[in-house]
Amino acid sequence: MNTNLALLLLLAPFLGFLFNIFFGKKIGKSASGIIGTLTVAVSFVATLVFFLQINETKEAVQIDLFNWIRTHNFRVNFGFLLDQLSILWLLFVTGIGSLIHLYSISYMHDDENMHKFFAYLNLFIFFMITLVIGSNLLVLFIGWEGVGLCSYLLIGFWHKNQEYNDAAKKAFIMNRIGDLGLLIGIFIIGSLFSTLDYTTLKTAIATSGNLDITMISIAAFALFIGACGKSAQIPLYTWLPDAMAGPTPVSALIHAATMVTAGIFMITRLNYVFDLAPEVQNIIAIVGAVTSLVAATIALVQTDIKKVLAYSTVSQLGLMFLALGFGAYEIAVFHVITHAFFKACLFLGSGSVIHALHGEQDMRRMGGLKKVMGITFITFLLSSLAISGIPPFSGFFSKDEILMTAYHNNIALWVIASLASLMTAFYMFRLLYLTFFKEFRGTEHQKSHLHESPGLITFPLIVLAILATIGGLISLPTNSWLNGYLAPLFSKEAHEAHHFGTTEYALMAVAVLGGIIGITIAFVKYIKQNQVPAEDAEITGFSKVLYNKYYVDEIYNVIFVNSINSLSGFFRDYIETSLSAVVFGLGKVTNELSYQGKKLQTGSIGFYLFVFVLGLSAILTYLFLAQ
Amino acid sequence: MTNILNEIGIENYIFLSVILFCIGVFGVLYRRNAIIVFMSIEIMLNAVNLLFVAFSTYHQDAQGQIFVFFSMAVAAAEVAVGLAILVSIFRNLGSIDINNLKNLKG
Repeated sequence: MNTNLALLLLLAPFLGFLFNIFFGKKIGKSASGIIGTLTVAVSFVATLVFFLQINETKEAVQIDLFNWIRTHNFRVNFGFLLDQLSILWLLFVTGIGSLIHLYSISYMHDDENMHKFFAYLNLFIFFMITLVIGSNLLVLFIGWEGVGLCSYLLIGFWHKNQEYNDAAKKAFIMNRIGDLGLLIGIFIIGSLFSTLDYTTLKTAIATSGNLDITMISIAAFALFIGACGKSAQIPLYTWLPDAMAGPTPVSALIHAATMVTAGIFMITRLNYVFDLAPEVQNIIAIVGAVTSLVAATIALVQTDIKKVLAYSTVSQLGLMFLALGFGAYEIAVFHVITHAFFKACLFLGSGSVIHALHGEQDMRRMGGLKKVMGITFITFLLSSLAISGIPPFSGFFSKDEILMTAYHNNIALWVIASLASLMTAFYMFRLLYLTFFKEFRGTEHQKSHLHESPGLITFPLIVLAILATIGGLISLPTNSWLNGYLAPLFSKEAHEAHHFGTTEYALMAVAVLGGIIGITIAFVKYIKQNQVPAEDAEITGFSKVLYNKYYVDEIYNVIFVNSINSLSGFFRDYIETSLSAVVFGLGKVTNELSYQGKKLQTGSIGFYLFVFVLGLSAILTYLFLAQ
Repeated sequence: MTNILNEIGIENYIFLSVILFCIGVFGVLYRRNAIIVFMSIEIMLNAVNLLFVAFSTYHQDAQGQIFVFFSMAVAAAEVAVGLAILVSIFRNLGSIDINNLKNLKG
């Protein structure tokens, strides 16, 4: 029963992929979209069944399908582990996934390759499920690579534009660097414990007396590099903003809500490994905080609506890593969930705006959309309040928990994270004001075509906005359902132990105040003073540095791309030339030798016989003498 | 049974065989008439056959003699083929001088 249900959960999107890729074109756009959506919805229902079961029994379901790799002291089963963490993850992957599929039916309807789009989306969901429910690191790795592939395919979905193709390649290559780290981590763990299975690993770590902490720390660090690549942390974050080249539903699903949280999932999954490596945890916390601040500063001046959201995603992921670094896994998971709700809603809302403006993404050409796009505006406003950390929206609770943990562990990081959240409130409301308030700044042609998006687009927006509003209920500061639910996963006591005193209330007030300050600055600047961000050429000073993303891409180009290019140039000009000289030389020598040898072939039989007898005598003489 | 080797020593057979073989070799090397060359080859072959039989008797082992039968059968077949080739060459060139066969050179 469990096995069949788990297989249905996993394979339904895969069947959808097969169907759409082979027959999608024949059955028409709407049918292909509906099939794609239904298969993901089936997975969601199956997940719900498992969720209800596990919430009641509180016992993980382990399913081993078959023996995959077996050597004399190392074996890997192909199996699933359905426990509190993976089911929770699946709930929002398949749930938000279904909503975004539904949204895409309308959003992608004008695209000639719509069936391919749904095929890729289904394949992505399939790999994401594989990643989440695998019972060991190797199955996770399959999913990990698979979602990377789908991300590549979907970023470059409009492959007639070379820039989009480049963005896709960039994402793929950046992820490869991280994946190497992940692989190294998996190898070290495999060689240390002779197992990759989560459950066995946990027992092995809990029972083993003498652990090689140095090696485990190296493994944890390598795994963290893998997480950096997937979850877009410094220094591997530059692919995520470029990944916005993909269609907006892809940005919402893959590059905001699900795939980029895979790194957080992996670290939470292996929390017992990371708990053994406090130095690595420190690095994680610092990297997270710095990423969060850097990305937030870049987001302050971006003018592309999706770029702002992309940097905001990087920044929020940084906050999650900050929580992971302090060992507050359940808080990171909480923020992953609330972030999935409001960020998916924001992205889909921006998609709705872009849809209404026929592909315009520059906020300087928007404005005044509040009047025509009522539903999009309201949902966008709710999600913006949530991400800015205004109570009682979901983001307030999760962000507050992170800041509180940071305050108790490291004041400096708390300051950085608080600054980042203040900036978050500012750039989100800057985006909101520029897009929905004042007068429309686009062309007359666009103005005459402005319209609210159809129901298939607004329905997911409404659902996500509701979730973004009330999502905080799952983990209230005093009575956290989530912490209790996740408790079996973690070895140490959950962090809710910190009692609620004046410090906590003061911190909460500071966080809310920060959010309000950010919103107020944005209000003064863009509503009162009626400012519009300057055109590209007029940007000067520090904002030019920010607008150009600290020139990180350029720096990477100079340091890595160019040096590798010159290395390849060296190999091409010198190493390859000399190697081929040797090979061609051999050919020439052989050729010349045979040309000379050819002259012996005179055709005179008498001569042949003479040589033959001479040779024979020589051999016989040699044999006699040799004895 | 009286062994013929008791009357004529094995060395004599070997000497005879070597002489025959050398006659064959020189015949092949010095004569240009293809038929003579051919006959010389047969002499060499038979020199070896003789040695076979001699050692077979010396070792009291019939295997060598059986081998000679095979060898002679193969030689007969070879002669048939070789002569047919010679006939064909004669028809084409009007002579069987082996130096005329240079034209076969590739």
